Amino acid sequence: MNSSNTKQEGIKKKLILLIFMIIAVLSFFISIGNGAVKISFKEILNAVLFEEATVNYQIIWNVRLPRTIVAALVGTCLALSGAILQGVMRNPLAGPNIIGVSAGAGLLTLIVLIIFPSYYFLAPAGAFVGALLATLLIYFLAWKEGVVPMRLILAGVAVSSLLGAGTNAIMTFYPDKVSGIIGFMVGGLSATNWRHVSTIFPYATIGIILLLFIPNKLNILMLGDEVATGLGINVEKTRFLFIIISSLLAGAAVSVAGLLGFVGLIVPHITRLFIGSDYRYLLPATIFTGSSIVVICDTISRVIFAPMEIPVGIIMSALGAPFFLYLLRRREKN
Amino acid sequence: MELTVKNLDVKYSDKKIVKDVSFHINTGEIATIIGPNGSGKSTLIKAVSRCLKISRGDIFLDKINIKEKKTKDIAQELAVLPQVKNVSSDISIEELVSYGRYPHLKFGKRLGKEDKDIIDWALEKTGLQDMRKRFVITLSGGERQRAWIAMSLAQKPKILILDEPTTFLDISYQLEVLELVKELNETLGLTVVMVLHDLNQAARYSDKILVINNGELCDFGEPDKVISSCLLKDIFRIDADIYDDKINKCTYFIPRKTIA
Repeated sequence: MNSSNTKQEGIKKKLILLIFMIIAVLSFFISIGNGAVKISFKEILNAVLFEEATVNYQIIWNVRLPRTIVAALVGTCLALSGAILQGVMRNPLAGPNIIGVSAGAGLLTLIVLIIFPSYYFLAPAGAFVGALLATLLIYFLAWKEGVVPMRLILAGVAVSSLLGAGTNAIMTFYPDKVSGIIGFMVGGLSATNWRHVSTIFPYATIGIILLLFIPNKLNILMLGDEVATGLGINVEKTRFLFIIISSLLAGAAVSVAGLLGFVGLIVPHITRLFIGSDYRYLLPATIFTGSSIVVICDTISRVIFAPMEIPVGIIMSALGAPFFLYLLRRREKN
Repeated sequence: MELTVKNLDVKYSDKKIVKDVSFHINTGEIATIIGPNGSGKSTLIKAVSRCLKISRGDIFLDKINIKEKKTKDIAQELAVLPQVKNVSSDISIEELVSYGRYPHLKFGKRLGKEDKDIIDWALEKTGLQDMRKRFVITLSGGERQRAWIAMSLAQKPKILILDEPTTFLDISYQLEVLELVKELNETLGLTVVMVLHDLNQAARYSDKILVINNGELCDFGEPDKVISSCLLKDIFRIDADIYDDKINKCTYFIPRKTIA
């Protein structure tokens, strides 16, 4: 009876995974069908399978499809990054921003776009490098005969506010150029094309491949550093590796979509509410929830004031923040 | 399995916390580390369980230096139950115990039939088989500690290290945990090294006692020889009367007053 119970648990979680997957696929089609021009499901199929050179075909292939894929991959990367960090730090409030991803990426992108505008094409690389450098700096500062999560979080807050000061200084000195970078600062997916897909695709793939290997380690890291050491995990090395992976994933997302860090904080939370904290189920689930949420928020951002578009970051925070508060209240009750 | 520690130094920042400690514990013995607050006993046990870096000295398991072994291989023989543990609110006893199989799992592999049998065995040994589905956070202090011990057992260790396993537990749970440790020691031949605060419990449940003071090992031996009015006076700063407990066949003492 006991083992059948375990099986039931497993089946239930697999069912939730399946539902998340279906939602992800549905949100994908909703995103392709909606925007300034509404395209029905039948028309989508027609455009993809049979027609060429029609308006719908153009819209789908050149605008909506790459944009939706980027949104899905951005959601995947950020959500995975956040889920991994929350495990490594054993802190449900950890997210890519805590390891300096937004602050680092923001500052370096701004430096490129405002001070060296002729090198604008380096901005995505700058975001990526900035995220990684900020993470390494935070890690280095938190190091004292090893790194404990609490010191890492405090160092993260300090470094983020320092880099934030740099960002604000640049914006103050070049007020005329600020309007051009707002899209990046709040996070947006307008004007995404196939090039963006190829930028983020490798990282998302790496992230998904990792799922096969790291859930057990994350589950054990959650038990505490000393328990994990006792179970034969090299805690220091593993933690460093996972933090770098998180930084790479989030950095890749930020480099194509701007500072959407909030996703990495709330999506793993939302997912955990449904499927629990076992990383063997949590990580694959965050892929589906992360991509659906970004894809749907992006669709809303295109439709709500159509034909005008607002950055997806605004929608995300407007919906995410209240939900996050609700989660905190719920935690207090428990 | 035997545990030998030779000339162990442990530093924190630049301060030496453990100074030149050497001892040897035989297979199947229960050895308890005692000492006043801040004496370095917890540091010593953390160094032995490789949670702290050793600045000098060596640790041997059955005469093999642990520096020459992979940490995952060590975990197949030596299980550690630290003081600070963390468990998510939706982890059941069974899941927790299954993590004990981690050191035996090959890269990327899942739990097999043998692993599941060992998990069942660990649950049975700790008397948790009927509540295996319960979440760990809903358990009483004693049950929770038993669940963690079951996780350690699932490692199929030959040595079990426990850092203050009775702290924060009611007296009945303290006895429950120590009785379980004793039983595992007797039935499985498990070597046990632990830190205890209660000296009478240390005397009752141990084969050997290590006394740590100011980071040094100042006495090591059988409880009835180590627990003396001298020790209690010099190291624990209390006046006490020492008696023989005929029922439990051990030494015990009743503290009278502190010495200024």
